[in-house]
Amino acid sequence: MSKRMHRMIQTMLMTAGLLVSLAVAPSLAMTQQPPEPPAGFVPADSVPAREQLPAAPLVIAAYAVAWVLVFGYLWSIWNRLGRVERELADVTRRVAAGGRR
Amino acid sequence: MFLRTVWLVTRKDLLIEIRSREIIYTTLFFAVSCVLVFAFGFVRDGRPVEDAAAGILWIAIAFSGTLALGRAFERERQSETLRALMMAPVDRPALYVGKLIGVLLLLAVVEAIVVPLVALMFQAPMFAHPVLMAGLLASGTIGFAAVGTLFAAMLVRARSRDVLLPILLYPITIPVIIGGVRGTAALLQTDVDLPIATAWLSMLVFFDVVFITLALWTFEPSMTE
Amino acid sequence: MKKLFAPAVVVLAAMFAYAPLAIHRAPYESTMGLVQKIFYFHVPSWIVMFTSAFVCGIASAILLFSGRKSADRVAAAAAELTVLFGTIGLLTGPLWGRKAWGVWWQWDARLTSALVMWLIFVAYLLLRKYGGAGSEKLSAVVALFGMANVPFVYWSVNMWRTVHPKTTVIMTLQPEMGRPFLLCALAFTGLYVLLLAARVRLENRRAELDDLFLAIED
Repeated sequence: MSKRMHRMIQTMLMTAGLLVSLAVAPSLAMTQQPPEPPAGFVPADSVPAREQLPAAPLVIAAYAVAWVLVFGYLWSIWNRLGRVERELADVTRRVAAGGRR
Repeated sequence: MFLRTVWLVTRKDLLIEIRSREIIYTTLFFAVSCVLVFAFGFVRDGRPVEDAAAGILWIAIAFSGTLALGRAFERERQSETLRALMMAPVDRPALYVGKLIGVLLLLAVVEAIVVPLVALMFQAPMFAHPVLMAGLLASGTIGFAAVGTLFAAMLVRARSRDVLLPILLYPITIPVIIGGVRGTAALLQTDVDLPIATAWLSMLVFFDVVFITLALWTFEPSMTE
Repeated sequence: MKKLFAPAVVVLAAMFAYAPLAIHRAPYESTMGLVQKIFYFHVPSWIVMFTSAFVCGIASAILLFSGRKSADRVAAAAAELTVLFGTIGLLTGPLWGRKAWGVWWQWDARLTSALVMWLIFVAYLLLRKYGGAGSEKLSAVVALFGMANVPFVYWSVNMWRTVHPKTTVIMTLQPEMGRPFLLCALAFTGLYVLLLAARVRLENRRAELDDLFLAIED
């Protein structure tokens, strides 16, 4: 089929997908309602385990953040240094080959 | 010599402004629009939220101050007058102080209109403790303008100066804005908290001293090649 | 100096390899339990961030008042590292706070002032990138304002009532916690020095390239 037809169908599909997700999202949100809060004051320790935040994912995430950022930065320096070294070698070579222009 | 230079620079700015009135009118209009936009933005039950008065006042001062600074130094850039000033055999810090006083006078006029406007729109008792309120406004504006004048002057020859001025100015002056808002809010709330307002006033004065000292110290080396 | 680089990397790697073991062996804190162990990375990254802010500020002052180009290269490198370690601190802190305080973020004196300081150095990087020629001196002024913030951020917990723990906590750590903390603090400082050296090398090479281009144009 022609390119124009193709693009029209793409647009219609994307719009349909967007509308469906907009319709579905609120109902999804409603199914995840938190349970009824208990009446009166309940000390944090005696809250049922289901409602207490697990610490392990937070700790793992924290250490992961530190490692990812540090290694990401190292990788960034490595890339930038590589680019500069290549350019330096290139320019030095051209200067040596062509002499002073 | 220092004070004479300061007076000459300030007088020059005042004369230009009195003749054209460009910056004062545009800044004033912008400040009033700012207050209106925020007042209509923070609405509860169809009426402006009254507790927002302090915040809205200081936001209007910050935004219109940024605009005024940009315009004031744009004028210097267009006629290359800043370069001429820097070549004059005068104390550089005196130039800075002269420009700063010009900006402060401009902002004082703007605040003279905006403060009563906010008082009217939010039924806020702005004039209940006039001395303390004036002190808060003065020290907050001085802190903001001190940093703003320095950066606006520095950025005159930089690329993307229009967007860079707010980017540099706002993080550094956030403590001043916080101090101003909290101090003003303490004076406007139903049970007025004078000790808190005074504490924030002394904090603002501290910031002013630090900022002006840093600005006087770095103005000359940052402006010269 | 260059010969120290490789052994330094080895030592640092060993320290970081041992760190999880040391942290695991450290006792649990009484009220916060497991989540408190984020402390061993959170505090050292802020210590390094403050140090880096000082390095950037001092290098900037040297640049402004003596015009030495090498100071500018150190300042640019230190500013990037300030933002990096500040990001680590700003992400690990809320992860800890979510469990310890029940909220991701609070607008108390310590958190707000730390965020503002981080923003100032981000603004530094933006200025250097988009300010065009002559932005070295302008960003040096920004760095000085950023450096002036450090004592303010540090003492904010002691001056105001904040949800964040006070500075006295570090001094009064029990030895079983103090030793892994010291290990992590030293490891982070070593990491900072190495990263700074690497980043300054990048700046130096860039400067050499620029000089070479200028020489060709003659």
